[in-house]
Amino acid sequence: MLRTKKAFFQGTLLIAGMVMLCAGVMRGEADTVLSKAIRLCLECVGIG
Amino acid sequence: MDNRKHIISKSLSRFRGWIQAAAALLTNPHLPNFFKGGIYQGKTKAVCVPGLNCYSCPAAAGACPIGSFQAVVGSSKFSFSYYITGFLILFGVLLGRFICGFLCPFGWLQDLLHKIPGKKLSTERLKPLTYLKYAVLFFTVIALPALVVNDVGMGDPFFCKYLCPQGVLEGAIPLSAVNPGIRSALGHLFTGKLMILIGVVVLSVLFYRPFCKWICPLGAFYALMNKVSLLGIKVDEHRCVSCGACKRVCQMDVDVTSSPNHTECIRCGKCINACPTDAVSFCYGFAYDSNRNGEKK
Repeated sequence: MLRTKKAFFQGTLLIAGMVMLCAGVMRGEADTVLSKAIRLCLECVGIG
Repeated sequence: MDNRKHIISKSLSRFRGWIQAAAALLTNPHLPNFFKGGIYQGKTKAVCVPGLNCYSCPAAAGACPIGSFQAVVGSSKFSFSYYITGFLILFGVLLGRFICGFLCPFGWLQDLLHKIPGKKLSTERLKPLTYLKYAVLFFTVIALPALVVNDVGMGDPFFCKYLCPQGVLEGAIPLSAVNPGIRSALGHLFTGKLMILIGVVVLSVLFYRPFCKWICPLGAFYALMNKVSLLGIKVDEHRCVSCGACKRVCQMDVDVTSSPNHTECIRCGKCINACPTDAVSFCYGFAYDSNRNGEKK
C-alpha cells in the first residue's frame, strides 16, 4: 500500500470512527448499552 | 532516536504480563462485588472497554463491545450500532491487535494457561481455522441478532448466549458461587457454555491462544484493522540478518519480516526481544515504513 494512500485511509477511518461513535451516542445507543450492561445478562451467564 | 525506540519496544514486550494484569484490573476495578453477588451498576457501563470483558462480571466497570453490539442490534429500536462500530474502528485504527496482546483480559488468561508446564502443540498446520473467527463475527454478532427476531423485533445475542466462555468465567461462576438465586436458575445453557469454557481452558494449555486465533469475533475485527493501525511493527532491512529467530519465536505463526502487519500479529513483541540485531521494533504514526526499504508485501 502506498504511504500517502495508507495515511489517507487511516485518517478517513479515524474520522469515520469518531463520526459514527458520536452519531450512535446522539441517537441513544449508549442508553441501550447502559440499560443492558447494568442488569445481569441472562444469556451471558447461561440462564437464557 | 532509534535506540530510544528499541528500549521502549523491548520494555513494552518485557513487561507485557504486568501491563495485561493492570489492564484486567482497570477493566474490573469493583472487586468487592465478587463477595456481594451482584454486578456494578454505575453510568460508566455505557462506555465500552477495548477487550473481551463480560459486563455481567461483578467487578466490570464498562461494557463488552461484542455484547453491546448485539444488545443494540437485537433491540427493537435499532438494527445497526453506529456507536459500537465507531468505537471499534477508532480503537482498531489507534491500536489494532495490540489490544489482544496487551489489553484483553481473556487473552491474558490464555497466556497464563499456556504457561502451565506440559506438552505444547503448534498451530502452524491449523492456519485455515483462523478464518473461522470472521464467520463467528459475521453470523453470531452481526447477522443473526439483527435478523432472527421475535414478535416485538428483539433478537438474541447469539454469540453471548451460545458461544462466549467469558460470560461463564466472569459472570456465571462467581455470581452463582455467592448468589443462591442465580445458582438455582442455571440450566442446560450454562452447562453447554461451561463445556465450551472447559474446552478453551484445556486447549489453551496445549495451544497458544486458541480462542483468539480461531473464535474471537473481537479479535477478528481488530485483525481486519491491523493493516491500517497506527501502531505497527517495523523491520529494519539494513539490520536484519535473516536468521529467522523472529519467526521461530512467534506463537501466532507470523513471519514478521515478510508481513509485519499480518492480521494474526497481536503485537506481543516476542520477535522484538528475540531479534539479535535489534532490527524489529514497534512504531506509531500515519503511514510509517513497515520495512525501512519499503514494504515487501
